Amino acid sequence: MEAFAKIDILERVDGSAVVEAIKAGRLHNFPGGVHPPEAKLLSNQAPIASMPVPKTLYIPLKQHSGMQGSLIVAVGDRVKKGQALTHSSHPFAVPVHASTSGIITDITEHPSAHASGLPETTIVLKPDGAEDWHIMPPFENYRTVEPITLIERICDAGISGLGGAGFPTHIKTQHNHDVECLIINGIECEPYISSDDRIMREHAWQIKQGIDILRYLVNPKAIIIAVESNKPEAFDALKTACGSDASITMASIPTKYPAGGEKQLIQALTGHEVPRSGLPMDIGCMMFNVGTCFAIADAIIYGKALVQRVVTLTGEALKAPQNVWALLGTPMADLLAFAQYQPAKQKRHKVIMGGPMMGFTVTNDNVPVVKITNCVLVPAADELPDIDDEKPCIRCGYCTDVCPAGLLPQQLYWYSKAKDFAKAEEYALADCIECGACAYVCPSEIPLVQYYRQAKAEIKAQLDEQQKSEKAKQRFEQRQARLEAEKHAREEKHRKAAEARKAAMENNGGDAKAKIAAALARAKAKKQQAAKANDAGTPDNNDESSE
Amino acid sequence: MQFSLSSSPHNRVRRDTASVMRAVCYACIPGIMAQLWFFGWGVLIQLILAIATAVVTEAGIMKLRKRAAKHVLSDYSAVLTALLLAVSIPPLAPWWLIVIGTFFSIAIVKQLYGGLGFNMFNPAMGGYVMLLISFPLAMTMWVPVQNMAIYPYDFADALSVIFTGFSVSGYDMTQLRLGVDGVTQATPLDAVRSSLLLGETYSEALQASIFNSDSGFAYGWSWVALAYLAGGLFLLWRKIISWHMPLSMLAGVIVTAAILNMLMPDATGGILFHLLSGAVLFGAFFIVTDPVSGSTTPKGRIIFGVLIGFWTVVIRTFGGYPDAVAFAVLLMNIAVPLIDYYTQPRTYGARS
Repeated sequence: MEAFAKIDILERVDGSAVVEAIKAGRLHNFPGGVHPPEAKLLSNQAPIASMPVPKTLYIPLKQHSGMQGSLIVAVGDRVKKGQALTHSSHPFAVPVHASTSGIITDITEHPSAHASGLPETTIVLKPDGAEDWHIMPPFENYRTVEPITLIERICDAGISGLGGAGFPTHIKTQHNHDVECLIINGIECEPYISSDDRIMREHAWQIKQGIDILRYLVNPKAIIIAVESNKPEAFDALKTACGSDASITMASIPTKYPAGGEKQLIQALTGHEVPRSGLPMDIGCMMFNVGTCFAIADAIIYGKALVQRVVTLTGEALKAPQNVWALLGTPMADLLAFAQYQPAKQKRHKVIMGGPMMGFTVTNDNVPVVKITNCVLVPAADELPDIDDEKPCIRCGYCTDVCPAGLLPQQLYWYSKAKDFAKAEEYALADCIECGACAYVCPSEIPLVQYYRQAKAEIKAQLDEQQKSEKAKQRFEQRQARLEAEKHAREEKHRKAAEARKAAMENNGGDAKAKIAAALARAKAKKQQAAKANDAGTPDNNDESSE
Repeated sequence: MQFSLSSSPHNRVRRDTASVMRAVCYACIPGIMAQLWFFGWGVLIQLILAIATAVVTEAGIMKLRKRAAKHVLSDYSAVLTALLLAVSIPPLAPWWLIVIGTFFSIAIVKQLYGGLGFNMFNPAMGGYVMLLISFPLAMTMWVPVQNMAIYPYDFADALSVIFTGFSVSGYDMTQLRLGVDGVTQATPLDAVRSSLLLGETYSEALQASIFNSDSGFAYGWSWVALAYLAGGLFLLWRKIISWHMPLSMLAGVIVTAAILNMLMPDATGGILFHLLSGAVLFGAFFIVTDPVSGSTTPKGRIIFGVLIGFWTVVIRTFGGYPDAVAFAVLLMNIAVPLIDYYTQPRTYGARS
């Protein structure tokens, strides 16, 4: 890990040069990438639909990457739509809100929207059907408001990146100097997903409002909106919304997966790479998803917390694939029913949250929609192949050719499988973005990404263990040192006490001798007097001592 | 409702190992057709013998290793190995030659190392070199291009020669190898090699009857090489193989041949001669591209290819055998771990 710990600051991006290059039609490329069937037409033809309010909502306390807030409601509370249910008590905590008005019937452990499906603390909300909003005071004229107040609002509204990673948005917006490129990500390179596509087509104007707020907050030299070339309608809509704004540059990026990855998009637009284990800010870039921009405008201008998002319901096992506005906390069952799920079309009942490349299968139909849920994909039996016939790696190197991170996936596979983690790290396992391009092309059907995830998890566990034992060792050593010091101090104390006694003895020692001598002298004198009294004429032989 | 779980990605290219191997087999068809056309039915019989031996050997070893034979055989890698070896040996070689060679390729070179994906050496070339070293005479008994032979043979003759040593009409290999001019025909590489050993110059060597012209183009032989080139281009076009290894091997051959030819024009063949005779074109697209025993890094593939080309020409010129593709490939197979280690690509965001 030490090899990667040092942040390697590569050259910073020059915003105006980037804009000039894009305007001249000069884009860069990123290495590798694949072209899986896009299958976007399945869902992107109709406008985003509204869904009936579900009978029950399951709102997990943590829906982003970071920490959960602290609960501020209790079972039995009546809450309004948009009312905060948790409170952000940590910079990386983002609150969650009631997605509609109703009564909190339970706070319990509920299957999570995560590959593991492990239970997480979840608020169960029974909607009352009133849709009674709790609106925060809107900042219509936000340019007169202190940026820090707006950033606090973004946090209070519960906004985290809606593109998939779920990074808290207020953390990013705290940087307000040296931002060369503010990049708005409308790439949506994952096949099947069209939620960003639809929101760009239908709400370009509000996305523009969000961009304006971001511009006020982070003060960038250049603003670039990037849309993949397979979404011309979305591109045109944003162009119309931003057309009069000369400071915004539109870029159409050639369709290739994973062009929407943060690092890949930065490379495609600027030709620069984000340093290893660094952040885009290290080279002066900052990126937000279009959906996040929409949510920012909602929070600042309209005072609405993040309570819903666009979710693509797609796959050939759905009779009515489409995009919907889904309340956060809506269980899968409601989405599947709304899109007319046909279980008979699947051999194995499988529901993927996210796209076919990076999405994960949900454990059951109680799993709720969360802030990062951009898609629910329900493939028919032969639509996406089941991958369970792993064969030996033949080192064909197709994976190397498609890896956007420039790794050697087949070597990582050998080392991950052999649990040779030192070697895996040497081959930069940590730089793998888990895009799945390698496994997508693997002729031996090896679930490569699964091996990498496992290896990463084990490396992390080892590291944690190491740190734990390091801490334990430190604690032990500190205790030893303390005991040693105490013992030393005690000995010192004893020594000093003994010395003091001895010294005292010695000091008083002179006295004592004198006293003894005096006593002896007195006794002698008495004897002599007695002897004189008995025999006055006898000469005294012991005279000296009494003199 | 509970759902079944799987790990991302949930989609993949529907091109598995078996289809890759089959595509390479199909790409051999033009070359095999050309060999059949110019060298007769022997080629087909060798192919059948080789494939049968490979399948039986692999199935047997799978049985010993207590694995499902069908699952392993269905990847077609054994068939491909057998095919590559069969087209490399003389068409009328005795049956036991290809049987021993194929058995060695599959059992020793491939399966003893752990099977597909674990073999260090190219199985077909391992088998070929073993045969060449153990049975040098049988391995050089090529028949002439059939319309230049005094005694062309038919299918029944081929069967008979391969299994008994004599054709139906009673000719043996010595007679079957006679050209129309009454001289025993050799391969172009052999022809040039023996005349150079006799002290003739390279241009004198090209006067041999098997060459059409001074360029080094040998009738039949060179057409077969070009047919394999066509198959190789098909593989490139279908993106089954990447351009790195074949093109760099050819570049290695061209550059080395050019330099040697410049230094000693009389004692070594020209560029075209090296490209069109022996196994260079076949090797560049069908042997060097074996992914398992080759380098896998982008730079490594180029180094691997160039050095195979280099060694091929060097060994042809200075070594003891007429052709050298197999030796060059095995030599570079040994170097693969080293090459791969020192040619790791730069990862995203890292300093070079």
